[in-house]
Amino acid sequence: MAFKGVLRPGLIQIRVLNMDEAINHYQNILGLNIVSTEADGRVYLKGWDEFDHHSVVLRQAESAGLDYVAFKVDSDDYLREIEPRIVAWGLEVDHVPAGEQPGVGPRIGFTLPTGHRIELYHQIDMAEDHPGIINPDIYQRRPDGMGASRFDHLLCYGPNIGKAREFFCEVLDFYQPEKVDLPEGDGSLAIWLTASNKAHDIAFVEHEEPGKLHHVAFLLQDWNEVGAAADIISINDVSLDIGPTRHGITRGQTIYFFDPSGNRNEVYAGGYTAYPDHPVRSWDFDHVGKGIFYYERTLNDRFLTVLT
Amino acid sequence: MRYRVTIENCSETYPCSEQQTLLQGMEQLGKRGIPVGCRGGGCGVCRVQVTSGTFSKAKMSRSVISEADESKRIVLACRCTPTSDLSISVVGKMEKALNGKHRIQTEDDLSVAAVG
Ligand code: FES
Ligand SMILES: [Fe+2]
Repeated sequence: MAFKGVLRPGLIQIRVLNMDEAINHYQNILGLNIVSTEADGRVYLKGWDEFDHHSVVLRQAESAGLDYVAFKVDSDDYLREIEPRIVAWGLEVDHVPAGEQPGVGPRIGFTLPTGHRIELYHQIDMAEDHPGIINPDIYQRRPDGMGASRFDHLLCYGPNIGKAREFFCEVLDFYQPEKVDLPEGDGSLAIWLTASNKAHDIAFVEHEEPGKLHHVAFLLQDWNEVGAAADIISINDVSLDIGPTRHGITRGQTIYFFDPSGNRNEVYAGGYTAYPDHPVRSWDFDHVGKGIFYYERTLNDRFLTVLT
Repeated sequence: MRYRVTIENCSETYPCSEQQTLLQGMEQLGKRGIPVGCRGGGCGVCRVQVTSGTFSKAKMSRSVISEADESKRIVLACRCTPTSDLSISVVGKMEKALNGKHRIQTEDDLSVAAVG
């Protein structure tokens, strides 16, 4: 197997202000399926094309935003071996016991210099309602709403993103398909990082306040589905941010909107296939508008400012 | 029932029903004055201080509205509906820079330039 270590961002725990509104949004609008609701009030969901028990965890809280994102790794051995490397790089590692989330084994967690909590885990049960395996049909049953097939990536805002890049690339063996340069020096304004063939698994924008969430993205199949998602947004009066449009960076086709607690969501299709031997695509500061919104060719203040 | 909302910073006024949030009322009429962000009480860019009048409010993210804010009637326009005529002053803002040092030009600058 050529694909080792970190596999993908597999779990994300999002804080919402009102659980009933959040469930309506993530279930009926995005089209995720509820897997379980636990005694502590957290609600677990997954996309129709995901094998694992769940991918999205909603937690009702006093503030909106991101609790953490957890990456699935390929083995228990990797989880054991990576821990001292994370500590040697300078981060404190804590342990989350198996069963803290239903169906999920032990996790390790740490906080990046950007203020974001990241976790790693290997064991997770297979979902009961998983995609077909033997002579598999395209899908088991037509998904609801936008029909988001899986959790895809996230964009984080926080300080020290150069350190985050160093950590992901040197310790977790990610690579950087794309970046936006600052006008002076060799620092970056924004970075896209991946452990896989996807153009990004996680991205960061340099920002003063630590630990902020810009958006959580879910995968759609194609541009037609992005258009249908836009229809669903209007039909249901969902708070729209921007789109449908395309990103110059990653080339993804996209629409941005907000959940009822103000967390930004994206549904995303396409994007190029990344390989670790490809050159790092770079955008200079003066072209960042086109990089982010390829058709509009300019940023809006909301993209830069509105975070949870 | 419709109430009159006055934005003090720009002397804009608009009607807003008790079924609408202050932000929805403004946006629906194409008016400007309060920055529009997530519309869900999470991001804090629509912060306003209510200087006169009464209103009801839904849950707002604590990370953007503290208890002290609420006691000064600083609230989120996207989470409040009027129950009388209101005067508000805008205290939230769209940050203009990503990290304070570097300024990115946005379409919002261009539209301000076109008007002004
Ligand atoms: S617009 Fe985000 S809190 Fe009101
Ligand atoms: Fe994205």
